[in-house]
Amino acid sequence: MKIAIASGKGGTGKTTLSTNLAAFMSESGEVVLSDLDVEEPNSGLFIKGELIHQEDKYKMIPEWDKSRCELCGNCQAVCNYNAVLKMGNTIMVFPELCHGCYACSELCPTGSLPMKQKKVGELKSFRADNLSLVESKLIVGEEQAVPLIRQTIDFVNTHFSAHVTKIFDSPPGTACPVIEATKDADLVILVTEPTPFGLHDLRLAVETIRQLEKEFVVVVNRHGIGDDRVDVYCSEENIRVIARIPNDRKIAETYSRGELLYPSMPSVRRAVESIANYIEEFRQETGT
Amino acid sequence: MKIIFTTKGTEWESAMDPRFGRTEFFLIFDEETDSVEVYDNRAIENEAHGAGPKTAQKLTEYGAEVLITGNGPGGNAAMALQTTGIEIRVGAGDMTVRGAYEAYKAGKLKKA
Repeated sequence: MKIAIASGKGGTGKTTLSTNLAAFMSESGEVVLSDLDVEEPNSGLFIKGELIHQEDKYKMIPEWDKSRCELCGNCQAVCNYNAVLKMGNTIMVFPELCHGCYACSELCPTGSLPMKQKKVGELKSFRADNLSLVESKLIVGEEQAVPLIRQTIDFVNTHFSAHVTKIFDSPPGTACPVIEATKDADLVILVTEPTPFGLHDLRLAVETIRQLEKEFVVVVNRHGIGDDRVDVYCSEENIRVIARIPNDRKIAETYSRGELLYPSMPSVRRAVESIANYIEEFRQETGT
Repeated sequence: MKIIFTTKGTEWESAMDPRFGRTEFFLIFDEETDSVEVYDNRAIENEAHGAGPKTAQKLTEYGAEVLITGNGPGGNAAMALQTTGIEIRVGAGDMTVRGAYEAYKAGKLKKA
């Protein structure tokens, strides 16, 4: 079963929930947590396992071979991203703009734009008992998270069998990286906080996930601050809130030491337990 | 000599556009013939990516020797412009086109 933890607003507790839920569920079965926030992965601060695998990840970009080029300009005409440009007698390629679609390369009449590998990041896989962590990190200066997110999901899907519970810690926002991180999920858990910002971005996240036609539920973090408008919104929209994690200074203190919360905090354990129970129910109902 | 300005309008008294890639217009002034030509670049709004290189490519069609703009082109556009050898002057983002021209003539605009 694949569960994506997403949020809309950043800083609502995606990593807090992902790491605690993954560790808790691994006490009774095999779990892999994958940190797809490749621009700043941080699940590894809380899950300390043994490094068992490491590999570089690449995207494919065209490289101009001027020896055969007739400067017809077809490459720039077919590029949707202005990543290939004819400037005088030169074909320029802008690797950061390239989405690796191969159009210019495949449609070049003289084969002057062969595709070459460009390193975009690193993937690492850790293991601690029943819990595995797979995280990828984009290299500095690389603009596109999506190709690395896609390859990280593929790695998880090929290296872990169907019975392993897969938890995907998604990036914040509602743009392409989040869509990539959630589109294969059986269930999406949206983490929010009961503040006007939390509600505003929850609405955007709900709209996005509904477009993707995904099953989703909400977890309210920092319950007790702000107001009740997130609850009102969820009940009006018939969105199920499966847990509320209380606002507690001790959570911030424990988190800032890089420790998991549920082992020492009964209120968090109860919340995580009810989420795990919901997931188990969902698994049985849907057979995922 | 031909000079290109990034502008928000089509007149000498128009405001300069501080942006390069997403500039609304180019105003091209030919000193020899004392004539002004205008290019409407507003369709660039529809480009989600790569506005800089695209605008740079358009600019080269005019064969100008000097570009006067505000903030200066970004990385990709600068790379594209390098191939043309055009001289780039920045810091004119808050001026009118006329003001920018006078500042350039007085040597008050920095090289990018």
